[in-house]
Amino acid sequence: MSQFEPVIVGFLCNWCSYTGADLAGTSRAHYLPNVRIIRVMCSGRVEPTFVLKALQDGADGVLVAGCHPGDCHYQEGNYKTLRRMTLLKRMLDQFGIEPERVRLEWISASEANRFVEVVNEMTEQIRALGPLKLGHFQDAEDENTEREAAELAGEAAAAPA
Amino acid sequence: MPDETVTITIDGNEIEVEPDIYVLEAAERLGIWIPTLCNYRGLTPYGACRLCTVEATKGSRTRLVTSCNYPVSDGLVIRTDTERIRTARRILVELLCARHGKVGVIKQLAENVGVTKPRFGEGNEPCVLCGLCVRACAEMAKAYAIGFAQRGTERIVTTPYNEPSEACINCGACAKVCPTGAIYIEGADEIRHDEIMLGPNSAIAVPTMQAVPNVPALDPEQCLYFRRDGCGICAPNCPADAIDYSMQDEEVEVDCGTVVVATGFQTFDPSVAEQYGYGRFKNVMTSLEFERLSNAAGPTGGDILLHDGTKPESVAILHCVGSRDEHYHRYCSRVCCMYSLKFAHLVREKIGARVYELYIDMRAFGKGYEEFYDRVLREGALLIRGKGAEVTDFATNEAEQGKLIVKCEDTLAAVQRRIPVDMVILSVALEARSDAKEIERLFKLSSSEDGFFLERHPKLAPVETTTDGVFLAGCCQSPKDIPDTVAQGSAAAAQALSLILRGETTMSGACSEINEELCSGCRICMEVCTYNAISYDEEKKVCRVEPSLCKACGTCVAACPSGAIKGKHFTKEQILAEIEGVMQ
Repeated sequence: MSQFEPVIVGFLCNWCSYTGADLAGTSRAHYLPNVRIIRVMCSGRVEPTFVLKALQDGADGVLVAGCHPGDCHYQEGNYKTLRRMTLLKRMLDQFGIEPERVRLEWISASEANRFVEVVNEMTEQIRALGPLKLGHFQDAEDENTEREAAELAGEAAAAPA
Repeated sequence: MPDETVTITIDGNEIEVEPDIYVLEAAERLGIWIPTLCNYRGLTPYGACRLCTVEATKGSRTRLVTSCNYPVSDGLVIRTDTERIRTARRILVELLCARHGKVGVIKQLAENVGVTKPRFGEGNEPCVLCGLCVRACAEMAKAYAIGFAQRGTERIVTTPYNEPSEACINCGACAKVCPTGAIYIEGADEIRHDEIMLGPNSAIAVPTMQAVPNVPALDPEQCLYFRRDGCGICAPNCPADAIDYSMQDEEVEVDCGTVVVATGFQTFDPSVAEQYGYGRFKNVMTSLEFERLSNAAGPTGGDILLHDGTKPESVAILHCVGSRDEHYHRYCSRVCCMYSLKFAHLVREKIGARVYELYIDMRAFGKGYEEFYDRVLREGALLIRGKGAEVTDFATNEAEQGKLIVKCEDTLAAVQRRIPVDMVILSVALEARSDAKEIERLFKLSSSEDGFFLERHPKLAPVETTTDGVFLAGCCQSPKDIPDTVAQGSAAAAQALSLILRGETTMSGACSEINEELCSGCRICMEVCTYNAISYDEEKKVCRVEPSLCKACGTCVAACPSGAIKGKHFTKEQILAEIEGVMQ
């Protein structure tokens, strides 16, 4: 059986983390290919909806990376992210999603090595957690819909009598 | 200038002066020479040496007076060169010669006034009892450590009870004003490498030769005026009347549209690399200290000397101290190879000592550098390919006794070497300034792993930063030599000017926009915006974004509970589509 390859969506801020990832590329550093990067201007732009949408669409983990505290290009966007992600993780726990699947990291423009480390470490961690199963929600939803449909059909059948 | 002036005549020349000066000063202004030993501008005149004797005529009365402490008055007529004065001066000088005739200054004076054979003999006592030192100690240093003692022929200048004085602050003012060199400071001639002042070594000095503005500044830490409320001698001696003791440090706010960051570097402190013995051995010095030592304006006047004042017979120059070293900095400091070769050239040229250069790789990369390397080789410098491993004073044979021994591996000859030398120069690394982080935060810059500021793009934008309008120049960006620094500085200035001259700037289209239909006026966006780009319209009860202030970070977009804010170029729809895209 082939190894489980997790899919991670990475939201990287333009000034620090995206540049850091770029540096990892230009310096030909190798990192696991499981992360798919979306650039945002600031980690503060990352809405919790984006994280949930990524998980819903099949991602097994989400990485949000911004500038180190105090180094934010927009002064304090990363502090806002920190607050949001802390709350979001609590919510994920209630959904039955392991909070480790969502990770907030500070990676500066010069920290190509750190970017590589974070991606590799996170990939292994999520590989160990296994695929994210949101299916049972989906199934339950489908069942509900089917039952409702059946009931409606039943009612419709009973009505003319 | 006081409103009232007086007019006096000196040797037939009329001059208008302030009423509170003395005749000697008026004569100096006219350029008339009057001999004197005991006068020093700024100190109270004393009339001790009597050499400045002149003929003063006031009304019908003419008499001999000492010009240094004879006040000017209206209508005063002074003659400085009559037969009567010449005779008086000759006698005075002959009397001085009786005790001090062999002292250089007095000998010269005797020659000037035409005394060839002093009638009362020639003594060799250097102190002429002019009292300048006593006045300097009291008036400049406010220390009152020395004074006259005894009387008549026994009179001397000394400390109380002729014992080392606790009141002396070791300022050296007495030695500085002594006309005959009778006072000297013990140990002042000794060269102490560990105390080589890299900056100016006087309380008033031009900070560096290239200082902008190129004017002297007072150092309140050293200056006697600030330390002891004394001295103040520089003010009356300044012909431009430019000295102002009341000046204070001030913070100046400048409105500017562009900034060139050129905050430079600092040198690696080799005392943390204990194997090199810096701080333990007196003749181990950093490259910057050697630079100062060999500078013509330095402590030895440019002579390359050891700690004990003798010339070294051999010098070792250790490259890459702190650079290309996993323990300290992994990068190459770029300038060391070439300045180390320059040192070798200077040592060969000035004292002809043997020079060893211990290098890892010789990086003679610039225009004319390889040729210079060739030249230094031909001048007889000994180059050893191998990094200096240790400096020790532990001798294992006769030749190493009393020397510093540099241990290294000669990688070309494949042998371990022990090189006995007299002086070791450590070519220390250039590193990012310890306070670079503060500048980085101030201007929202980034820095690379080694602490130097990061340019926007290594090839396409080498002087720009991620902050618009802020440019980099020089060693704050990376270690570089002077030609490269000048080139980068010029580029940064040109980029800054092109922004200034245009007078207007282009904004990126990315900014936030509020849909007034959806905005509930909760003002959460205003709280998260650090640029005050969002304002609240009291009438319509909605928020509004000022596009020129918005930096398009999108924090407000993410924070808006009504989804009323659109982050142009990074809209919710776009990002959600991106997520769908990457998940396909």
